Amino acid sequence: MGMKKEGLKLFENGKRIDGRAYDELRPIKMEVGVLKRADGSCYLEWGGNKVLAAVYGPRECLPRHTQDPLKARINYRYNMAPFSTDERVRPGPSRRSIEISKLSKEALEHVIFTEYFPKTSIDIFVEILQADAGTRCAGLTAASLALADAGIPMKSLITACAAGKIDGKVVLDLGKLEDNFGEADLPIAYMPRTKELVYLQMDGDLTKDEFKEALRLALKGCDEIYRIQRDALKKAYEGEVNGR
Amino acid sequence: MVDENEIVWLVKKDAVADMIKNGKRSDGRKAYEYRPIEIITDYVKRAEGSAYIKLGNTQILVGVKMDVGQPYSDSPNMGTLITNAELVPLASPVFQPGPPNENAIELARVVDRGIRESKMIDFEKLCITEGEEVWNVLIDIHVLDFDGNLIDAATLAAVKALWTAKMPRYEDGKVIYEDKKDSLPVSKKPVACTFARFGNVSILDPSLEEEKSMDGKITITTTDDGKICAVQKSGITKISVPELENLIDVALEKGNEIRKTYLG
Repeated sequence: MGMKKEGLKLFENGKRIDGRAYDELRPIKMEVGVLKRADGSCYLEWGGNKVLAAVYGPRECLPRHTQDPLKARINYRYNMAPFSTDERVRPGPSRRSIEISKLSKEALEHVIFTEYFPKTSIDIFVEILQADAGTRCAGLTAASLALADAGIPMKSLITACAAGKIDGKVVLDLGKLEDNFGEADLPIAYMPRTKELVYLQMDGDLTKDEFKEALRLALKGCDEIYRIQRDALKKAYEGEVNGR
Repeated sequence: MVDENEIVWLVKKDAVADMIKNGKRSDGRKAYEYRPIEIITDYVKRAEGSAYIKLGNTQILVGVKMDVGQPYSDSPNMGTLITNAELVPLASPVFQPGPPNENAIELARVVDRGIRESKMIDFEKLCITEGEEVWNVLIDIHVLDFDGNLIDAATLAAVKALWTAKMPRYEDGKVIYEDKKDSLPVSKKPVACTFARFGNVSILDPSLEEEKSMDGKITITTTDDGKICAVQKSGITKISVPELENLIDVALEKGNEIRKTYLG
């Protein structure tokens, strides 16, 4: 965010650098149940992002002193593969990934019925295999589907998407160049059922009106992604429901 | 490490939340009212800039140090900013020595984002020779007494410390800390406003008692020109779009008040 590159036009003649309109998402693909050992899993492609999410649990929470007698403990690990970006990512948690993991965990903790599974842990692992801007949203969207695939009871699915500002124009779903050289980024996640936000971050430089517009666009993006999420679940479970 | 007050917080949790949902706060404040603020600048003479802040009973000391190093490869003509927060064990029975945990990291990153994204520091002016030598600005947040709302207090103190900091001289490849004269190339004054959430009710500047009872919190950092430069939701809370837009209005208004009174 905020870097400068002379002569780089991110928004020209109503089109963005990758040819998208201001309110257009990158292509998104999702599939659940892709990992054999995990209780629930999801593979997601979003533009150039490739993300794998796995859920283990509810299972005994170890070490024992971390158990909560009243509810399940949610663990969320957002991890970037070392080869996922141009410059190699040093393995292990970074300050950035610790923050993303914390906020994503809190977003999911809001929708999971944790009180149904006291003393257990529900462990969510998100691996970013290939990164192309918007990985926290891609990870959270995939994690939510993996939880559904694992049969964890939830109040709602969570759908995440970002909006931002490039060359003074508010746009949906920033790509890599737009993320590096844009002016603002607003990643959100919400519960499509109640239309309430459970993940919210923003950095950059937005007026109040631009903020409202970005929020509106991000929610519109979320609605589209929610449809793709439901289709992915239907595709995996339709057969089961129909007795096949 | 156990805080023996933990059980007291738990017992009081519902009472505190109920009170707030009924429009009252245990210390008598209004919903959008800060606790008394006291700031002392140049608290540590060895630091390039420093500010001690007392917000209610929360006490924080922020120091700004500077040194010379290599720029990042993607911004060869810009100085750098590193923000670090230490929750030192003397500030609370639950703080432990050791590397920063996720709360300390989040605190440092939210303060950092407010300062960085407001563009208050002109990093290009901190370049000595392009691609080789630039000034590094290092902000260290030292929490001394933890009574809630660290983000707002730390941001305010850090901005104050940056505004009052004096740069050391750089000569023949050496930083001369004994000779500090020039101010930092700073312009704006970002202010963070943190709202604690109780169901759908929000209050400004939560005390520790309120933080122990809240669902979560939302921080909105604004700048002098009426812009929003950073937002962060933390904890297990949700918010609707109209509520969020309302909080942005409050943050813009309160931000201006704080700026006028303490950063004027």
